[in-house]
Amino acid sequence: MPLDARKPRRTALDAVHRSLGATMTDFAGWDMPLRYGSERDEHQAVRTAAGLFDLSHMGEITVTGPDAAALLDHALVGNIGALRPGRARYTMICRADGGILDDLIVYRLAGGRPGPAGAADEYLVVANAANADTVLGALTERAAGFDAVVRDDRDAYALLAVQGPASPGILAPLTDVPLADLKYYTGAPGDVAGVPALIARTGYTGEDGFELFVSPGDAERLWAALTEAGAAVGLVPCGLSCRDTLRLEAGMPLYGHELSTALTPFDAGLGRVVKFDKAGDFVGRAALEEAAGRAESAPPRRLVGLVAGGRRVPRAGYAVVAAADGAVIGEVTSGAPSPTLGRPIAMAYVDAAHAEPGTAGVAVDIRGSHEPHEVVALPFYQREK
Amino acid sequence: MSNPEQLRYSKEHEWLSPAEDGVATVGITEFAANALGDVVYAQLPEAGSTVTAGETCGELESTKSVSDLYAPVSGEVTEVNDDVVDDPSLVNSAPFEGGWLFKVRVTEEPDDLLSADEYTEFSAG
Repeated sequence: MPLDARKPRRTALDAVHRSLGATMTDFAGWDMPLRYGSERDEHQAVRTAAGLFDLSHMGEITVTGPDAAALLDHALVGNIGALRPGRARYTMICRADGGILDDLIVYRLAGGRPGPAGAADEYLVVANAANADTVLGALTERAAGFDAVVRDDRDAYALLAVQGPASPGILAPLTDVPLADLKYYTGAPGDVAGVPALIARTGYTGEDGFELFVSPGDAERLWAALTEAGAAVGLVPCGLSCRDTLRLEAGMPLYGHELSTALTPFDAGLGRVVKFDKAGDFVGRAALEEAAGRAESAPPRRLVGLVAGGRRVPRAGYAVVAAADGAVIGEVTSGAPSPTLGRPIAMAYVDAAHAEPGTAGVAVDIRGSHEPHEVVALPFYQREK
Repeated sequence: MSNPEQLRYSKEHEWLSPAEDGVATVGITEFAANALGDVVYAQLPEAGSTVTAGETCGELESTKSVSDLYAPVSGEVTEVNDDVVDDPSLVNSAPFEGGWLFKVRVTEEPDDLLSADEYTEFSAG
């Protein structure tokens, strides 16, 4: 569907956001809620109770056909052929030179999902909104010679997420799916509040939670049911602003910040997602084997956590410098005040010589002033399990 | 959102109270506070320092961004709101009251400050 590039797209929940008085923002061509009230309150609600997100901007792509798994093994760096029905995998799609085109979650569907009738072997690939066209194009191009169909399903889904420790308790009474059997990074078809959904135990907040893929026509009904069910335990609507601080505390990379075409998964400290031992060749294999060797023998900059000594906030693009002589030793990729730590935090690529946790003399150039920062291991925050 | 009648406003979204004994109070408007989101750090001019109308005199950090604070008038800073330094969220919760930023002994005032009605129109458009 050709779209007017200047006109942001609106999700199926747009009227709900406006009735809630959300501050909206243009995000990757979508008009999305940035926050409803205080983004710090929304952040804390997800850490202590639950938050409800509209993530319908995410890019859903369905891959079906006898060669669906073989195509994904060829097109992506992960071992998708090993994925059992109902399981999900965090993976990446790279260029031939190893540069990251996007990070993805791939679900192997167990059948009975909403939307167009599913084939026996069916995978749902979820791309970042900003990269959905790129991923769709790359998968389509890489599908040549495979008996598989790549389908743009962005209009077939709305995506709602319930995140936070209270989310299982909110969802359980609304669904026929036994949530105790639904482990982290699995997904199952089922009804939620009478709405057919793919219920996935995934998220981007560092908390327990669920992502619910539903038909756009059912989105408002599901939102209302979740809002009502969660009210007693403190569920609040949450915008993209707190989603960013939640994922930053959890040390999760964001494409365009920690990930880019200029970096391989190994440069980003995520070499574990590249599976060289899978069957057949895949796009980027040769370059990634080199990158793996380089990361082993002569690591370039490493992705680290920084905690500010003061109250000024290190932001994306600021230089990391050696406090002693001001030499540039890295660059901040994401930074924000951390509600949980009570101090500003950042992720940054830092020269290996300065990247060990506890390294002294590391500062960030905050608009001309070299502010001391502590180098720490990621993540900043990990929930108790 | 209503902008108090007795205040005057700059196009950089600061408000200025009527001067008492030559000293006026400065803050940012509710419109600006809402646009910033949760303010987490306020760097304010020091008491005793001189500020110049239209020039930066501090900064406000919120979750998503950092914004310069502009002086709506020229003069000497007589007092800084330590409550806001300790708890910057006052800027969001009470921008026209407890979230005031600093007081200034006014030496010069630009002639383009806006009335409440003019500012309401300005910030809407």
